[in-house]
Amino acid sequence: MTAIVIGVWSMIFLGALMRGMTDQMVKNGISTLTGHIQVHHKGYRNDPVIENSMTDPRQVVSILEKTLPSDLRWSSRVRVNAVVSNARHTAGITFVGINPSQEAEISFIGTAITQGRYLKDDDTYGIVVGKALAEKFGTKSGRKMLIMSQDTDKEIASRAFRIVGIFRAEMEATEKQFVFVTMQAAQRMLKMKNGISEISLVLPDAKDVDTVAASLRSVLPAVNYEVLTWRELLPFVTAYLNIYDGFIFIWFIVVFIAMGFGIVNTTLMAVFERIREFGLLKALGMKPWWIIKEVLTESFFLLIIGMIIGNALSFGSVFALSRTGIDLSAFASGSEYFGISRVIYPAVYMYDVIMANLVVFVLGLLVSVYPAVKAARFTPIEALAQT
Amino acid sequence: MNIVETVDVKKTYQQGKVEVTALGGVSLSIQKGSFVALAGPSGSGKTTMLNMIGGLDSPDSGRIIVNGNALESLSQAKLAGLRLHNIGFIFQAYNLIPVLSALENVEFVMLLQGIPSAERRDRAISILDDVGLEGTYNRRPAELSGGQQQRVAVARAIVSNPSIVLADEPTANLDSKNGKGLLEMMRKMNEEKKVTFIFSTHDRMVMDYARRLILIRDGLVADDEVRET
Repeated sequence: MTAIVIGVWSMIFLGALMRGMTDQMVKNGISTLTGHIQVHHKGYRNDPVIENSMTDPRQVVSILEKTLPSDLRWSSRVRVNAVVSNARHTAGITFVGINPSQEAEISFIGTAITQGRYLKDDDTYGIVVGKALAEKFGTKSGRKMLIMSQDTDKEIASRAFRIVGIFRAEMEATEKQFVFVTMQAAQRMLKMKNGISEISLVLPDAKDVDTVAASLRSVLPAVNYEVLTWRELLPFVTAYLNIYDGFIFIWFIVVFIAMGFGIVNTTLMAVFERIREFGLLKALGMKPWWIIKEVLTESFFLLIIGMIIGNALSFGSVFALSRTGIDLSAFASGSEYFGISRVIYPAVYMYDVIMANLVVFVLGLLVSVYPAVKAARFTPIEALAQT
Repeated sequence: MNIVETVDVKKTYQQGKVEVTALGGVSLSIQKGSFVALAGPSGSGKTTMLNMIGGLDSPDSGRIIVNGNALESLSQAKLAGLRLHNIGFIFQAYNLIPVLSALENVEFVMLLQGIPSAERRDRAISILDDVGLEGTYNRRPAELSGGQQQRVAVARAIVSNPSIVLADEPTANLDSKNGKGLLEMMRKMNEEKKVTFIFSTHDRMVMDYARRLILIRDGLVADDEVRET
């Protein structure tokens, strides 16, 4: 019974933790300037240089406005690789020009400011940087940073921006990678006129990604534009999710093997303890098949009770951690390598719960067949001779 | 009409490195309605013979025919069916199911036979009354005396109206008064219900009740005496 309870608990609870981890990875990936879908100029994905920007996005914007449902949020961005420097340090970063009000609705940055303020639409020289970058540079709000990147004339453009706000992100790497200015400021510095690098879309329901992407592909000329879903934009996360689906099945089997030995052992012990009883029942006329049925029925109830307790325990554990999560800050640098958040919140998927219970129930009954057949095979004389 | 027939039944057991011959070729014919004692000293082979007739054990060679069924041709399931519907057992150590009451122990065989609950209960109460156990229906075996337990075992053996009742030293664990009472009861049932009783014993008093006494010695029939008692 204990083996079944622990087995079911570990399958559901640890499965929920891992699901929580992957969900956070996807959520972080999507909110860290990916979105559910992105529209780029053809070739930008393979070579994200300024030459592959959308020089006149009006046609795309007009098509999006006509095609997309009104509750779907989206925003344009300028995104180029750049160098940031101050008197002490220099670092490679991603320089992002955003529409502050639209961007706040689709990515993490709108709610991530911990010092200073968020960008305003008319901020000409304001910049928002990550906490980790600011600490590394030994700078703070109100101070200046110099951004350098290649402009559309293939010349080095540079401009000083004053830090208006400092943001925190789920991952330290994000804080070091991105700096944000207004779209107009970025376009002016890079001489892009109305040009943008990408349009990022966030859907009300993530399940509709493929449908919406397909409808966009059908209306946007494929010669000029590419439409990519988050699965294509985040190949590492996608690969991890695929591996995870296989891994969780292997995990279930491994747990079950350990638990299966417990079930066989318990049932065999129960059979051997009652061997005289089985002998007597056979002597009185109970057929072997009925003895198999009796042992299997006992296993059935053992499994059902174990599963009920195991499910209750695992849901209780998930509930207990649903608010606080598990804080992995101590291992942040290691876990961030895999894109895992600092705090993991368990996520229960009904598919995993049903799968775990099915594995335990079906395989549990199957492994009980061996002790059941053993009980049925004793001759009454052998069994009654046992003391 | 023969209800049991054995032809040259042989059985040996391995005890450690020693091979022990339990039955060395026993041929018997027992008629329906008989009241037969298999007598002999301990280790003579009488219990083995009863087990063979009941299909609890199988011979190394020879044939056993019970109620027209050649036991060697029956599967384990069919043997169980034969025991369920045709044979009642009374064991030396009673072998009642300890977690069931006297009434439930008696009902159990009828439960296996698929008899409806109400009929089971009526028949079990009636048979417990017949063996003198009125008012003890709900007592568990541990709450009954040895004599009472053996009476429950008898009730269980005959409640499903078997053709044969096999009793292995039924009085061995009873005092002489309870032993006599049990034998009187068994003989009454033999006379009234025409149930065939075959029982093993090495007790002279028990042998005196038998209408046929088969003496087994060293795994062979040493004497076969039909008597009027």
